[in-house]
Amino acid sequence: MYAKWIREGKLKVNSDWNKDLKIKFTVQDPCQLVRKTLGDPVAEDLRYTVKAVVGEENFVEMYPNMSNNYCCGGGGGFLQAGYPEARRGYGKLKADQILATKADYCITPCHNCHAQVHDLSDERDHAWQTVHLWTLICLSLGILGPNEREYLGDDLKEVLPFHPESAM
Amino acid sequence: MAEEAIKLGGKKKSIFLDKVKALLPDGGNLNLCLTCGACSSGCPATGLEDMDPRKFLRMAALGMDEEITSTPWSWMCTMCQRCVYVCPMKIDIPQLVFNARASWPREERPKGILGSCDMALKHDTCSAMGTPEEDFQFVVEDVLEEYQESQPEFKDMKADVNREGAEFFLNQNSREPVTEPDEMVPLWKILNLVGADWTYGTKGWAAENYCMFLADNESWEHIVRVKAKAVDDLKCKVWLNTE
Repeated sequence: MYAKWIREGKLKVNSDWNKDLKIKFTVQDPCQLVRKTLGDPVAEDLRYTVKAVVGEENFVEMYPNMSNNYCCGGGGGFLQAGYPEARRGYGKLKADQILATKADYCITPCHNCHAQVHDLSDERDHAWQTVHLWTLICLSLGILGPNEREYLGDDLKEVLPFHPESAM
Repeated sequence: MAEEAIKLGGKKKSIFLDKVKALLPDGGNLNLCLTCGACSSGCPATGLEDMDPRKFLRMAALGMDEEITSTPWSWMCTMCQRCVYVCPMKIDIPQLVFNARASWPREERPKGILGSCDMALKHDTCSAMGTPEEDFQFVVEDVLEEYQESQPEFKDMKADVNREGAEFFLNQNSREPVTEPDEMVPLWKILNLVGADWTYGTKGWAAENYCMFLADNESWEHIVRVKAKAVDDLKCKVWLNTE
């Protein structure tokens, strides 16, 4: 939907905010969304959206990707299954993929991925930040308030402030 | 060479693998494994509990039902389907795993998943955190009002609840309204900016479905039907899944 709205001109995202900052982003392909449902076409739409928001030159692929990407380990109930060491052992593959991109941020368009990828980063001393796409879309539009920046790193906390006086 | 074929006595015992084959279209191709290992080499769960997809299928084929239906590995495979995606014979290993989960006595399945499923069954919201309808509506309206006031550019922003005839029925993971309600707002802003015709529903709003992870087919179906009915009752055209 994001891609559709950007193409239709309804969502006027813009990557100028990152032109000089050059913060690097990679993207997770949620298994349920990509491989298990809409396939590579939705993975392409996802990349179209991400590149429009952060700038094509600031987007880094992980490998393998799209329908071939590895599961991060957040799905299937693993987050609640009560086997945290196994879950993190599973997630090492994903963590290594993200680290290899050297990206500052991993975009996770899925709640399960977000929780798992965030935990994997915590385990590695906050090696990267984990964000939903909605956060970055609003940031690029200059409408992201101070209390909507929970998952942004210090590098973006003060960028394009919107009603900073309403911070809590 | 023997002059006569040696006949082995007894009927062939039905094993777990046969039961699963009977459930799947084309038997899930579960007989076609060549042990090529493409599944295991691309599986992040390979090595956990000394198990991997190829080994799991071989053990099932050898009738090692006791081991297959008791290994915790069934809960460590996320059923991501990368194995079947890469398999040259398209063998449905995730379905084998799902049915192994279903073979566990319900009370012995992982407590966290069991608890979340039972919690979701308590209310028509289907929330695995047990959030009832009034609480969800209150949080949405309370947060909306707060943002309308503190960010006047959005004083006319809408986050309707139970509006009949909207095009989109937006679901919501329980995490945000319960633990971090401010995280709901960026998506509201996007929907409002693009002029999307959307609503929440107090029934069936929760995005998660732990009964599916629990492999409790009846409860899974129930949860889905509650959600589908909620969308139909509000006469919405599209079920919009949150990120």
